[in-house]
Amino acid sequence: MRERAIFLLIAGGLICWLSICGRRTAAPAEELSGSICLAGSTSMEKLSNGLAEGFMEKYPGVRVTVECVGSGAGIAAVVSGSADIGNSSRSLKPEEKERGAVENIVALDGIAVCVDPGSRVRGLTRQELRKIYTGRITDWSQLGGERLPIVVIGHTAGSGTREAFEELLGIEYACVYANELSSTGAVLARVASTPGAIGYISMEAVDESVIPLELDGVAPVPENVEGGNYILSRPFVMATAGEIGKQGELVRAWFAYVLGEEGRAVVEQMGLAVPGEGQE
Amino acid sequence: MRNGKEWGLEAREGGFHIRGGANTGTAAERWARVLFTACAWTVILAVASITLYMIANGLPAFFKIGWKELLFGRVWAPTAAEPKFGILYVILASLAGTALAVLLGVPVGILTAVYLAESGRPGAELVRQAVELLACIPSVIFGLLGVHLLSPLIYKLELRIFAGSDTHRFTGGANLLSASLVLAVMILPTVIHMSEAAIRAVAPDIREASLALGASGVQTIFQVVLPAARPGIAAGAALGVGRAAGEAMAITLVSGGSVNMPLPFESVRFLTTAIVGEMGYAQGVHRQVLFSIGLVLYLFIMAVNITLNRAVKEGK
Amino acid sequence: MKGKGVLLSGRQGSPPDAFLLAVIYGAAGLSVFLLLGMAGYVFSRGFRSLSLRFFMTVTSELKGTTGIAGNLLNTLYITVLTLALAVPLGVGGAVYLNEYAGRGRLVRLVEFATEVLAGIPSVIFGLFGMVFFGNALGLGYSLLNGALTLALMVLPLIVRNTQQALRAVPEGYRNGALGMGVPKWYMIRTILLPAAGPGIRTGILLAVGRIVGESAALMFTAGSARLLPGWKGLLKKPLEPGGTLALELYLQMENGDYGAAFGIGCVLLVFALLLNFLLKLGQTGKTEGHLPENQPY
Repeated sequence: MRERAIFLLIAGGLICWLSICGRRTAAPAEELSGSICLAGSTSMEKLSNGLAEGFMEKYPGVRVTVECVGSGAGIAAVVSGSADIGNSSRSLKPEEKERGAVENIVALDGIAVCVDPGSRVRGLTRQELRKIYTGRITDWSQLGGERLPIVVIGHTAGSGTREAFEELLGIEYACVYANELSSTGAVLARVASTPGAIGYISMEAVDESVIPLELDGVAPVPENVEGGNYILSRPFVMATAGEIGKQGELVRAWFAYVLGEEGRAVVEQMGLAVPGEGQE
Repeated sequence: MRNGKEWGLEAREGGFHIRGGANTGTAAERWARVLFTACAWTVILAVASITLYMIANGLPAFFKIGWKELLFGRVWAPTAAEPKFGILYVILASLAGTALAVLLGVPVGILTAVYLAESGRPGAELVRQAVELLACIPSVIFGLLGVHLLSPLIYKLELRIFAGSDTHRFTGGANLLSASLVLAVMILPTVIHMSEAAIRAVAPDIREASLALGASGVQTIFQVVLPAARPGIAAGAALGVGRAAGEAMAITLVSGGSVNMPLPFESVRFLTTAIVGEMGYAQGVHRQVLFSIGLVLYLFIMAVNITLNRAVKEGK
Repeated sequence: MKGKGVLLSGRQGSPPDAFLLAVIYGAAGLSVFLLLGMAGYVFSRGFRSLSLRFFMTVTSELKGTTGIAGNLLNTLYITVLTLALAVPLGVGGAVYLNEYAGRGRLVRLVEFATEVLAGIPSVIFGLFGMVFFGNALGLGYSLLNGALTLALMVLPLIVRNTQQALRAVPEGYRNGALGMGVPKWYMIRTILLPAAGPGIRTGILLAVGRIVGESAALMFTAGSARLLPGWKGLLKKPLEPGGTLALELYLQMENGDYGAAFGIGCVLLVFALLLNFLLKLGQTGKTEGHLPENQPY
């Protein structure tokens, strides 16, 4: 009997909870309906979710799902048709374009190099950064910091951020990592919690738990990325299979939103740079 | 039931609750048999198709890269211009991590089981509750505590041990040792449970004989009871090996994730974490190799299972 | 209780004995300390992030708030779908093994398969679900895919527990019923299954625990979406991707959002406690009945 009471209690609780949640999301009048599936970069998770939220507020009949599976898998998904939009945190490769993926730049990101909050170092040169990541500088004391080993943290092979970072610094496949983590957030968290750590992440993800470094005296902030002064800059791409104009009504509405006023506001709110007019 | 009533069989059975007869719904009988058989076959089908799919998806990479290069290659550079897919260190890391976890976890588990089975104190009940609850905790929570509490501690240890070393690559506490410690805690409930059952199953006469010969309680435990319970304890340890080798989510963030020779303070990549960490990014051959890693893991677990089966049978 | 062991409380001899005794007590103490420490830590850290908003809303990047309502619903969906698939299959399989099959080769094969299935790590289930249910059957990332995958995973739990419970039903029940001319299926339905009820329920509870705590097998099958559907979407929901609580905990932890992660950890722990309690209830019920004492799970 006691069990039945517990069961009823749980069931009752669930029903109440469902009805409250359900009412909040019940859709009012709608013009567009259906769903859009975004898949790809983990660096673009925040941006995609933010845009999706704003879009769904505007078109309550549409559901936008975001799956963060990595840039490569995202583009593969859009080419194979299992996603409508493939998020990529790097420019598309020629072979990806050959397979029909079209590059639509929605925002510009700077890859911020961060250190743990206890560090005294505030800036590095490109050369120093290269040496740290290739294992030729191993202690902060070599850079004027305190005597503490450098814990070099990077992304898993295949990550868009890693490819862009290594390419922009010209150290492809030459890096010696202490940790290779599979998402932007994981790198952030590990840098924040490890004394002596250094890592690189999308600048939108930087929060007060880490210290972003100036690179050659330039800070990773949207203004510098927009102006082209910050060297570790890369585009955020929402790839489609074929031109935007040839997409379905929903995807066209999506891009109209993302590239329009409202989308730009979200991009800025997320701490990213808006691509210049002539740049696309 | 309705059939029985229609055919007037209820009266025949009179005072019993059984309402039916020899020929109640013979079609239903036949169908029931068929359905039950089908259910049983589903289990076989499931195992067969999992095995088949793992082999079908895991083998192509072996042919493309060459099994020697794949299994014994030491360089893992899946996205380089000239990609290298050597998973030797990944395999070794899984073996070392599992072994270390078992070495750390099994003795504690056995001793706790001894306490549970032999103390006869009310405190044992508290310990048992704790252990049973430990078994119910989802593995991600172990991972969460590992990242949050264990890693920083291990990093302090690492800094102290390797103080002044120029050659050591500091891992920030995400290394083989941390992962093994997390795994050791995770396998505790399994080991304790199996060992306790084995200890309790030891016949009382041999304990009494030992005590009668003048052995103390502790001597009896270590020299009579535990040896007699060995097969059951071995089965528990083997289950622990299976669980430790197959765990992924709890250790992705505490193991570091670089492919290195598995030493306690090296950042390592396990078979499981390689799959979880890279599947999202992998394409082409890289993806196929991840399935090959899955296949290796699958075969390893199978081997452990078969050994376990043997151990249990020997015990009986 | 079976064990008559009180070897630790009796007379102990020499100093080495005392040392070993201390080691044993130390190990037991460590086990308890680990659990209480872990549970206590998760509760104390997670308690702060629990709020009405945490349970009622979905995480919003624009507003910067965290909520797990979508994940709760996904977890509920996956649990119900998985059980709907696995319980009939598992109970049916166990009934076949115990009541229909003799001791033939098929039985050994099924039993072996059950054991193998129980030992397969969840990552492998995830891979299989991704290529088979996801690609071959075209389910992609969806709750249904996750449920199918998990159904395979929890099948052994249900088969084994049902089988054990069926074995524990006294032979006299069967003989009595069959001797009166009752057909087999009828006997199973009206006598065996009710008598085995507590055992089956134990299996189901264990399965629920496994489903709710699972993350690796769901990462590649059910995906990680956390949206709440409208009323109309509830029916279509199984075909959409959705992340359960445990996976969301993993993702939050990966993102370094420990507040939210510990909050979810808290919810999962409370759930584990509740499940443990229900299991206990089931077990005491069992010993009060006429069935001989069963193997603990």
